[in-house]
Amino acid sequence: MNFQSLINSLQYIKPEIVIAVVIVLVVTTDLIMGKNKSLLPWISIAGLIVASFFVIEQFSFKAVSSNANGSIGMITADPFGAFFKIIVIVSSIIIVFFSLSSNEIKEAFERHGEYYTLIFGMILGMFFMISSADLILIYLSIELLSLSSYILAGFTKHSLRNSEASLKYIIYGGASSGIMLFGISIIYGLTGTTNLYLLNSFFHLPQFGGFIFWLACILIFAGIGFKISAAPFHFWTPDVYEGAPITITAYLSIASKAAGFALLIRFIKVTFIDSVDASGYWQLLNLIDWKSFLILISILTMTLGNFAALWQSNMKRLLAYSSIAHAGYLLLGLAVLSDQGLIAILIYFAIYAFMNLGAFFVVMIIANKIGSEEIDDYKGLGYSMPFLSFSIAVFLISLTGIPPTAGFIAKLYLFIALVDAKMIAVAVIALLNTVVSLYYYIKVLKNMYLVRPEKEMPAVLVSPAAFAMLIVLLVPIFLFGIYFTPLVNLAKSSIGLMGF
Amino acid sequence: MYSSFPVLSLITFLPVIGMIIVLALPKTRGTLVKSITILITGLQVVLALIILGGYDYSLAGINDASSFQFIEKFRWINISGFSWIGQIKIDYFLGIDGLSVPMVLLTAIITFIAAISSWNIDKSVKGYFALFLLLDTGMMGVFVALDFFLFYIFWELMLLPMYFLIGIWGGPRKEYAAIKFFLYTLLGSVFILLVMIGLYFSTYETLADGTKVFTFNMLAMMDSANYTAGGILSPLNPSNLRFIAYIALFVGFAIKIPMFPFHTWLPDAHVEAPTAISVILAGVLLKMGTYGILRVSYPIFPEITRDLIWYIALFGMINIIYGALCAMAQKDFKKLIAYSSVSHMGFVMLGMASLNTLGISGAILQMFNHGTITAMLFLIVGVVYDRTHTRGIDDFGGLATQMPVYTGFTTVAFFAAIGLPGLSGFISEAFVFLGAFGSDLIRVITIISTLGILLGAGYMLWTLQRVFLGGLKEKWSGLKDLNFREYAMFIPLTVIIIFLGVYPSAMLDLMSSSVNAMVKFMNDAQIFYSSVGGF
Repeated sequence: MNFQSLINSLQYIKPEIVIAVVIVLVVTTDLIMGKNKSLLPWISIAGLIVASFFVIEQFSFKAVSSNANGSIGMITADPFGAFFKIIVIVSSIIIVFFSLSSNEIKEAFERHGEYYTLIFGMILGMFFMISSADLILIYLSIELLSLSSYILAGFTKHSLRNSEASLKYIIYGGASSGIMLFGISIIYGLTGTTNLYLLNSFFHLPQFGGFIFWLACILIFAGIGFKISAAPFHFWTPDVYEGAPITITAYLSIASKAAGFALLIRFIKVTFIDSVDASGYWQLLNLIDWKSFLILISILTMTLGNFAALWQSNMKRLLAYSSIAHAGYLLLGLAVLSDQGLIAILIYFAIYAFMNLGAFFVVMIIANKIGSEEIDDYKGLGYSMPFLSFSIAVFLISLTGIPPTAGFIAKLYLFIALVDAKMIAVAVIALLNTVVSLYYYIKVLKNMYLVRPEKEMPAVLVSPAAFAMLIVLLVPIFLFGIYFTPLVNLAKSSIGLMGF
Repeated sequence: MYSSFPVLSLITFLPVIGMIIVLALPKTRGTLVKSITILITGLQVVLALIILGGYDYSLAGINDASSFQFIEKFRWINISGFSWIGQIKIDYFLGIDGLSVPMVLLTAIITFIAAISSWNIDKSVKGYFALFLLLDTGMMGVFVALDFFLFYIFWELMLLPMYFLIGIWGGPRKEYAAIKFFLYTLLGSVFILLVMIGLYFSTYETLADGTKVFTFNMLAMMDSANYTAGGILSPLNPSNLRFIAYIALFVGFAIKIPMFPFHTWLPDAHVEAPTAISVILAGVLLKMGTYGILRVSYPIFPEITRDLIWYIALFGMINIIYGALCAMAQKDFKKLIAYSSVSHMGFVMLGMASLNTLGISGAILQMFNHGTITAMLFLIVGVVYDRTHTRGIDDFGGLATQMPVYTGFTTVAFFAAIGLPGLSGFISEAFVFLGAFGSDLIRVITIISTLGILLGAGYMLWTLQRVFLGGLKEKWSGLKDLNFREYAMFIPLTVIIIFLGVYPSAMLDLMSSSVNAMVKFMNDAQIFYSSVGGF
């Protein structure tokens, strides 16, 4: 590879370069400014906005290789990746704003430099996860993401549950990435390559198959399944979500999950695809029955998440289990193995980002005010904090999937994909899961509105910044619930993976 | 018939405007909030009367888009694409025919009266009336929507307001009742959702430029020519799932009716709900179940309806007898009325099962009459509960001497519920029985069902005796008779009950061409579907 082609290929990682530059900027600013940390969040937001320009550019990249000399490199830049990067960027910007009003983070004021550096470490890891087309880079990017998030999960050092979360996360994460690496090494041993596109052409050869091959793929899936908290790799989720600072919890539940899903979709589609038929269905190579496997995992995930959530009394744990359940719905979209299912996933993710971030945001503000995340302490909040309660009610209703909120549209597209693929029984199970989920979401609303507070609580006002943030999160929930054309059009134009 | 003025949108979304006004008012202006709600619902009644005035009795509707009236149709969601991927066109499609006009009228009248009866709400007034108005929009929307997607949105829109209205302003076990109501109805509506998506993938609509797209248009789903060859709910597909889909859809609607064995949410919800919400629940919400069956299940699945007629009638019979027996055993006045609702909705199902003009007219008339009569019965319970804070039937006795006017209205309502000639309940029950008896298939069921009338008379008269006759208990000697507000609720309902008892044609003429068209459609469709075969 000559120098010129190296320079040329840099244009495909412009967003990643921007993120790397921001990391350097944050670190140096932190050093130069000393005790004054107020500039850091704004540098972060500016950096993210700049990165988003380059990401938007990638929407127009159709089937370009990362390598200028024609061979296939480690990185892809395509509309599909751009969509997920936009989700990461939007949720990162929102998380930065969250952090500004989070008491937990404010208390660790002197370490804000670390905080933003690590967040950008996560973003860089996620960007590479989304666009990598090579098992080595996949592993490295997962590690980059994981290492940053381990530290962030235990960011407020003095809190016991923070440290517990961080430790659990490291142990589970370490084990699962080891497992994944083992799977990658088997694949490399069998084929001699780590590039997904080359793997795909190898797998067309008849000699592949058998138990070892199957095992390797399952091991790799375990690594990714850990990131998206699919059952049975979900055990870390509730503990880490409960223990970590809430900004990080919210971030893990959206961005890190989005990156995991992007990676999983790319891995399965690129590596195992045979052809895409006229109706948009993916004909996979006859090596592993991904469809049955994914259906099994997704039903397990959503059922487990929903039923476990029924018993939760802590808001963060409840949302953790709810996010496990939503990972199940999203996996179902992938299990359809069609472009229709992929559209459903993209729509679901875009909407899920708003409603889940919103729910976590309100939980955080309420925790700031009343010092508790227990659902029992939410009694009567509907009367003392009308706007906050209204907002979380909308977010939870949307998570349930009841019209006219956007959550309904997300579910609708998922079920449309399922019915189109004639997976009726699976659709019925998923729908019954929705009914179960209503019970625990409505439990929160019940405590807020149906139970009168024992003592008269003074009305609590929301700060203008939090108010603005909530409006930003609420508007899409209603807008996309009633008029979802733009979102669907965006999702439809974003299903192009490199090579397809 | 297209409408130059969007009167259906106005009548549907007027309450939303009211809701916004109510929410904008300060908390302290409770009386103003109540007045605005009554004004808005009153305007709705005026609009309903305007619709009635402009309604052309000769047009049928049912499956023919051109003979619907006050149509409003424009493209709401238009996502283009290849035929297979993500192309979705959803219409904002409203229109009414003889099936929906009585329901629109009923909804307008009942919400107006419920708004008046909500006057004594004093807890979180703003929230109550905002939710009340939102509920109103959902109900009205269900009765005017002709696009399945839109129908479903309105159908679901009522769930949350209803949950909060029962849950916040309800009685001691309100939380249990509210969540039970919510879970039952959501369970029903996810089935409806699934069938809706299945039908979507089985029906084409031909656009103006000749391209065919999948559609949510209910009227297109009723035309067998629009079905795709391979759709899972298409009759052309030999391995279609129409039977299962029909059952799923039917269960979705039956939960709302509520049909035995899905009725258990109803007594709980009624007992715990505040009076006005019970009125709406019994007066309008239950009708959405039967309306859904007539509007959706019947014309879209005519062949399966045919096959299952006997079972629909059977469940109608169970509802009639079981509801009446349960009512007889109640000690709680309100629960008794709730079970009498179960019984009376059984008549609607029996009438629908007859599949002839008499029976279906009777069923629709019974929907309207039950709406007005039961609304009045719940108001009656509300009046006495407001004054005494008890609903135990045995706690009363001899109220007739203390509250003669109240007793007079009660007697009218009770006798209408029993089906006394001259009052509206008689006409609809007579039509239902005449129609059902005319159908050979369900004749035996009809004969058994008539027992329901006897039982109905039994529990109603017995209740009348226990509450109003006999000696007055000492502690009730201070009870006052009706006040002005209560007159305002009772008089219109009484007038309607007597008027329709004496001159039922006013309502029957309204629906006759639609009912005839429906019966004809069901028969013709039967011929078509049996010729397709494969069932």
